[in-house]
Amino acid sequence: MGLFILRRTGLMLLTCLCLTFVVFFLTNLYPNLEKLAKSQGNVRMTDAQVASWLENRGYDRPMPVKYGEWLGVVPGWTYQNQDGDTLGRCVSITRDAETAPRFCGVLQGWWGQSTVFKEPVASVVGDKLGLTGRLMFWVMLLMVPSALVLGVLAGMREGSTTDRTLSTFAITTTATPEYVSGVILIAVFTSSAVGLKWFKGTATSAMDNPTFENFFLPVLTIALYGMGYIARMTRASMAEVMTAQYVRTARLKGVSFPNIVMKHALRNALIAPFTVIMLQFPWLLNGVVIVETLFNYKGFGWTLVQAAGNNDIELLLGVSVVSVIVVLVTQLISDIGYVYLNPRISVT
Amino acid sequence: MSKLAEYEGPILEIDKLSISFFTRLREIPAVMDFSCVVQPGEAMGLVGESGCGKSTVALGVMQDLGVNGHIVGGSIKFKGRDLGEMSADELRGIRGNEIAMIYQEPMASLNPAMKVGRQLMEVPMIHEGISESDAYQRALEVVTDVKLPDPERILKSYPHQLSGGQQQRIVIAMALMSKPSLLILDEPTTALDVTVEAAVVDLVKDLGKKYGTSMLFISHNLGLVLETCDRICVMYSGEAVETGSIKDVFDKMQHPYTQALFRSIPLPGTDKNAHPLVAIPGNFPLPHERPPGCNFGPRCDYFREGLCDIDQRVPMADIPGDDRHRSRCLRIDEIDWNAPVAASIKTAKTEPGDVILKMDKLKKYYEVAANALFGGGGATKVVKANEELTFEARESETLAIVGESGCGKSTFAKVLMGLETATEGQILLDNKNIESTPIQKRDTKTVADVQMVFQNPFDTLNPSMTVGRQIMRALEVFGIGKTDGDRRKRMLELLDLVKLPRAFADRMPRQLSGGQKQRVGIARAFAGGARIVVADEPVSALDVSVQAAVTDLLMEIQRENKTTLLFISHDLSIVRYLSDRVMVMYLGHVVELGTTDQVFAPPYHPYTEALLSAVPIADTRVEKQHIVLEGDIPSAMNPPPGCPFQTRCRWKDQVPGGLCEKEVPPQRSMADGHQIKCHLAQDILERMEPVIKVAAE
Repeated sequence: MGLFILRRTGLMLLTCLCLTFVVFFLTNLYPNLEKLAKSQGNVRMTDAQVASWLENRGYDRPMPVKYGEWLGVVPGWTYQNQDGDTLGRCVSITRDAETAPRFCGVLQGWWGQSTVFKEPVASVVGDKLGLTGRLMFWVMLLMVPSALVLGVLAGMREGSTTDRTLSTFAITTTATPEYVSGVILIAVFTSSAVGLKWFKGTATSAMDNPTFENFFLPVLTIALYGMGYIARMTRASMAEVMTAQYVRTARLKGVSFPNIVMKHALRNALIAPFTVIMLQFPWLLNGVVIVETLFNYKGFGWTLVQAAGNNDIELLLGVSVVSVIVVLVTQLISDIGYVYLNPRISVT
Repeated sequence: MSKLAEYEGPILEIDKLSISFFTRLREIPAVMDFSCVVQPGEAMGLVGESGCGKSTVALGVMQDLGVNGHIVGGSIKFKGRDLGEMSADELRGIRGNEIAMIYQEPMASLNPAMKVGRQLMEVPMIHEGISESDAYQRALEVVTDVKLPDPERILKSYPHQLSGGQQQRIVIAMALMSKPSLLILDEPTTALDVTVEAAVVDLVKDLGKKYGTSMLFISHNLGLVLETCDRICVMYSGEAVETGSIKDVFDKMQHPYTQALFRSIPLPGTDKNAHPLVAIPGNFPLPHERPPGCNFGPRCDYFREGLCDIDQRVPMADIPGDDRHRSRCLRIDEIDWNAPVAASIKTAKTEPGDVILKMDKLKKYYEVAANALFGGGGATKVVKANEELTFEARESETLAIVGESGCGKSTFAKVLMGLETATEGQILLDNKNIESTPIQKRDTKTVADVQMVFQNPFDTLNPSMTVGRQIMRALEVFGIGKTDGDRRKRMLELLDLVKLPRAFADRMPRQLSGGQKQRVGIARAFAGGARIVVADEPVSALDVSVQAAVTDLLMEIQRENKTTLLFISHDLSIVRYLSDRVMVMYLGHVVELGTTDQVFAPPYHPYTEALLSAVPIADTRVEKQHIVLEGDIPSAMNPPPGCPFQTRCRWKDQVPGGLCEKEVPPQRSMADGHQIKCHLAQDILERMEPVIKVAAE
């Protein structure tokens, strides 16, 4: 087991390395750098000015060297400007050329400076991740149990009226994109058009002080979309298990219907949807972009959009690393959880 | 819930039962006018081919026919009470408590995510409301009764941790937990190996006696019914066609279908040349396409127009003089039941030609990781699938390879086909080494020369390609025919060869019956003029009446093409019927090799002896020695030291000095071409008695 986790961690690091290099390569293409220079400096800069702006900030050197600097295996760049001040990658941390360390990269714990937010990447990512984490937590809390209940109720009597009603509901919610359901929910529950002013149409205040009133709608919008999907999976799995021979065995042993569902079918039926539920985490992390924008909730997805739109290289890299870790860690948990649910797969 | 009050009289009375399934299109009658009575302590056998409605009867008794199934006529009385009139609650009290069921596939009928102990304890806890610890004690008792080793460990295991035989014992234990009055066994041993089957059947018989349980034993295997039951009911296409005591039905059958069934199974005395099997012509009618009048009419030798095809149900008639012996035939009195089989075509024995395939000390080992998901580290284990196979096969010879699951017969086939390469030793095809050439690298001729007929015709045809297209594809691969037109012509000839109508070329596999699909499989194998055909249990998935026809077809093509047939099977009856030589395998070793007569007569290898004793034979004249092997086949991953069979051998104590546990026995030559791998002294081997004796007429 320990070895398994170790191997998975190794795999995770390797994936991070590959992915960040790809992101690094793409964001450091010259047109992107030019765009960065113009958006950060002056839109009407001449080509010569762009070149010198890039030189001043260490963007003009070979790609592998720059990537090495970001990693922290190559000494950070320094540059002497006309005033005699020493600028450099590491100097910007301490603001003093003398005490600045020679290496400053991810390995040293420095994730770089966000060009959009003018803040260290680590603190931007940390803050926003916290906000989205809170959103995710409540979404999961609402989505998973209700989806499972929905799926099990629908699947235990395949083809019944309950099944058809619940399935229709599940398909409808999944088939409605968040930007549609979000707008409908806002229109119904917050505007004076309908008159139900139960919730707030914006979640900006929820960043500091989340309440049921300002936070419920974004949570519901995401949960509705994901719920239908999980419910469909659970239903299919449950319906299959209910026709399995061992369920017939249980029935012909004289076990009552509620006990068949609870004791014999449920655990077997949860094996398949469990993987799907774990796959929802990475989706939530990035898929919330629309909802965060819609409700003006400045979380991780919103940050990603900002970073990508402004070619904020180091912020993008940070976001990529976090995403890879979230994906792989949830998959690790999903694999381990699978072993506990399914006795046919053993750890030893 | 307590049991129903003591009841004098029959346990189960089924009277004129009719069951139909309702689909959107039509009503499909599955069982019609079925009557039978099971007395206390009696075992009733229900025999018939798949689709004849025997399982539907069982589910009807359990009142578990699903949403579409309904009882449309007649009644089922259990201890005098009509099951059809009971409430759901009352039924639940009877299921598992008074009537218990044992199923065909033990693995599928046990809950994979629940410990065995829990599943057993549940039964008395529901029905008798006893405490958990009492239930545990009961489970322990019953598990000991079904002769499982180390009951406490077994109760703590999950089903997948047990072998097939052990799982079936658990299912039996589960059925016995509440000491039911009626036990329904639905093909309880079909999924098991013969020696395991023999042990399970033995167990069921003993327990039936011990607990005084009545049994309804459903099977397609007449031999098995002969060994286990007191009475038998033969079903055909939803109807009971003949019922009576075992002795009456087996020896004085009074229905053409029963007779045809017996003539189509290989009994001792049949022989592919002198006494070939008689297949039942035609196909089993689909439930909604039954003929008017007698259901068996169109396939019956005694069919008479104007009598058997009048649109009127044929009634069951009593046979005077016998004990409750009844038959559903209009011509019982007119048919001479003792007339010998109408002259079947006798063929001359073909003489084997030159050696074309030679195996020399062939070995195949697999390395497997300790576990798949969290593997990586840990030592890899070696599975010794084949150990030193040495034999020859000649032109137009049938060599049977016999053994139970895990004995390495399929691995051998894979190595020969080139799907795997050998670890050591050689395979010579026409004196050319092919053991290390995988199939991708073999030339077209070698591939076309060595072909295979697979066990399960349902899975081996591409479901989305017409039958003709699939055969033409094989021709294309083998480089036969220049144009599509050529190949189409050849394909139609191949369909003629396997006796399928040419119109089948444009059909999809799903429109074919099992036997027809297997014929397509055979046509495909012979498409490139194969010289060696490996038939891996080619008829075991088919119904008895179809088996004979497919077997005969295979024999006929072989005779014409002088093909070498390697016939892999676990069914010794059919092996005895069609093979020239037999090779018995156990755990990767060839334990006995010889001509059919040599292998089926003493001296035997102890394993052959047990195997012969285990096979049920549907003939009341046969007397068998009763040998039951204890335990399971050891895993090939962890074989016992010395002789592979030493853990289950009943002759082991006759070998001095514990030699069996130390050394693998040498291959000994008993007679010309007869080899046995055993440590037993010559005089002991010679003193062995024949297992099967046919009593004098």
